[in-house]
Amino acid sequence: MIEVRFHGRGGQGAVTAANILAEAAFLEGKYVQAFPFFGVERRGAPVTAFTRIDDKPIRIKTQIYEPDIVVVLDPSLLETVDVTAGLKEGGIVIINTEKSKEEVLEKLKKKPAKLALVDATTIALEVLGLPITNTSILGAVAKATGIVSIDKVEEAIKDTFSGELGEKNAKAAREAFEKTVVYEL
Amino acid sequence: MPKKVVSGNYAAAYAAKHARVEVVAAYPITPQTSIIEKIAEFIANGEAEIQYVPVESEHSAMAACIGASATGARAFTATSAQGLALMHEMLHWASGARLPIVMVNVNRAMAPPWSVWDDQTDSLAQRDTGWMQFYAENNQEVYDGVLMAFKVAEHRKVNLPVMIIESAFILSHTYDIVDMPPQEEIDEFLPPREPLYTLTDFDNPIAVGALGTPADYYEFRYKIEKAMEEARRVIKEVGKEFGEKFRRDYSQMIELYKTDDAEFIFMGMGSLMGTVKEAVDLLRKEGYKVGAAKVRWFRPFPKEELYKLAKNVEGIAVLDRNFSFGQEGILFNEAKGVLYNTDAHPIMKNYIVGLGGRDFTVSDIKTIAKNMKEIIERGKLDREIEWYHLKR
Repeated sequence: MIEVRFHGRGGQGAVTAANILAEAAFLEGKYVQAFPFFGVERRGAPVTAFTRIDDKPIRIKTQIYEPDIVVVLDPSLLETVDVTAGLKEGGIVIINTEKSKEEVLEKLKKKPAKLALVDATTIALEVLGLPITNTSILGAVAKATGIVSIDKVEEAIKDTFSGELGEKNAKAAREAFEKTVVYEL
Repeated sequence: MPKKVVSGNYAAAYAAKHARVEVVAAYPITPQTSIIEKIAEFIANGEAEIQYVPVESEHSAMAACIGASATGARAFTATSAQGLALMHEMLHWASGARLPIVMVNVNRAMAPPWSVWDDQTDSLAQRDTGWMQFYAENNQEVYDGVLMAFKVAEHRKVNLPVMIIESAFILSHTYDIVDMPPQEEIDEFLPPREPLYTLTDFDNPIAVGALGTPADYYEFRYKIEKAMEEARRVIKEVGKEFGEKFRRDYSQMIELYKTDDAEFIFMGMGSLMGTVKEAVDLLRKEGYKVGAAKVRWFRPFPKEELYKLAKNVEGIAVLDRNFSFGQEGILFNEAKGVLYNTDAHPIMKNYIVGLGGRDFTVSDIKTIAKNMKEIIERGKLDREIEWYHLKR
């Protein structure tokens, strides 16, 4: 089973990102589960959301404490939240940031095996006209982890948002997929 | 129809649509709201022909469902916690009038202090209202439960309302894969309601809400209990038919998991039992002979099944995500009561877990297993009720 934890801020769509990742993995033929941290959501406050992906039905109904993959939608969270808390050995961290690998690693409490960086905010602003990074960051997830293909990510995005909105968000994901830089550490 | 990745609440809404409910009357409350929002969306999109009655309270929501059901319509609603409590009076009116209304209650802790998280005390406090109660482990069971509920409720020998119960957030807002059969197969399984009596059958007028003097009231109560007894048989029949049609069997009111050779078992209801099954597999690898018994139907209570199960195990750890103040966990209380006049007397211990959404994990279940094993070896309880998570 692969367990993914998303960190974002209320309004950025971390919960939707977790759901779309689950949908994409489902389209790949996997069993999936996606859920928000069962808290009280407020716009701007730190939010976590989770996705589980497995080859067999997922029965476990608890929160995720030791993720395989951490996805950070908002770079400012690195200042206040220990995003690598509980990260498994060999874990992957994917961050939306314009900063360099060195600058980011300085902020992380635990060094991941793989670090993927993408400036998803700029991509979202250019493609969508809004700083909502939940769909673009999924392009980075596809690139860095291989748990889902970018094709299925695009398909899942279009299943979630209809019409032009779906097309634009899929384009943002594709662009992020191409621009994500992955570092093996 | 294909499988869909949906939340527990959307599973409930799809099931209501696929059951071709005719009237929905509801009032929003977290974490139930997305059920009725989704139904409203189906109506707005023209995907479902449902009379939607927006009301000013849950009490009125149930009153409107009662009115609709009395005219012969298939009526549905959904609520949680304080909303369910506000409905309490009307719940008696629904069962007393023998109306097959189906409601989804999203288990949420009762305030104060305010909480929106999972806890079974809201629905269990409605134990004596004459409603049947089904606890879902996952989103698929929410969906299947609603479809079966109408068939059981509308059965001519039953005519009683059903509450389908799912966990706040753990199911209601968690996305999971749900298999939804083709509409024509559902229609075959669940044909339109054929009520015995309706308010609108003017050739056969009936009185509803009449006075029951001491000469008659008693028999009305007895008839409800007879209907509950019939429901035990109908639930198994319907569950078996569902399994034959849709390959998911619900013929057992208690789902057994690896209990055949188990020394002791975990017993509980709802979503926490998924995690328990996961833990059972891990514990078995460590040499524990354990199993799990998931009580699906709390009303009518599966007495026979519990007796058969209890006869063959040395211990039962009853996991209650609920509490009856001044006594004990509610499932524990019921289970002990059922076994008293039988020859099945395993050691039973009550673990109070997960109240108000406290996470209940695989490692917690392992700790409980260790404690149960010690108790069985000693042949004596350390204590009967354990507030498992209590900060000390």
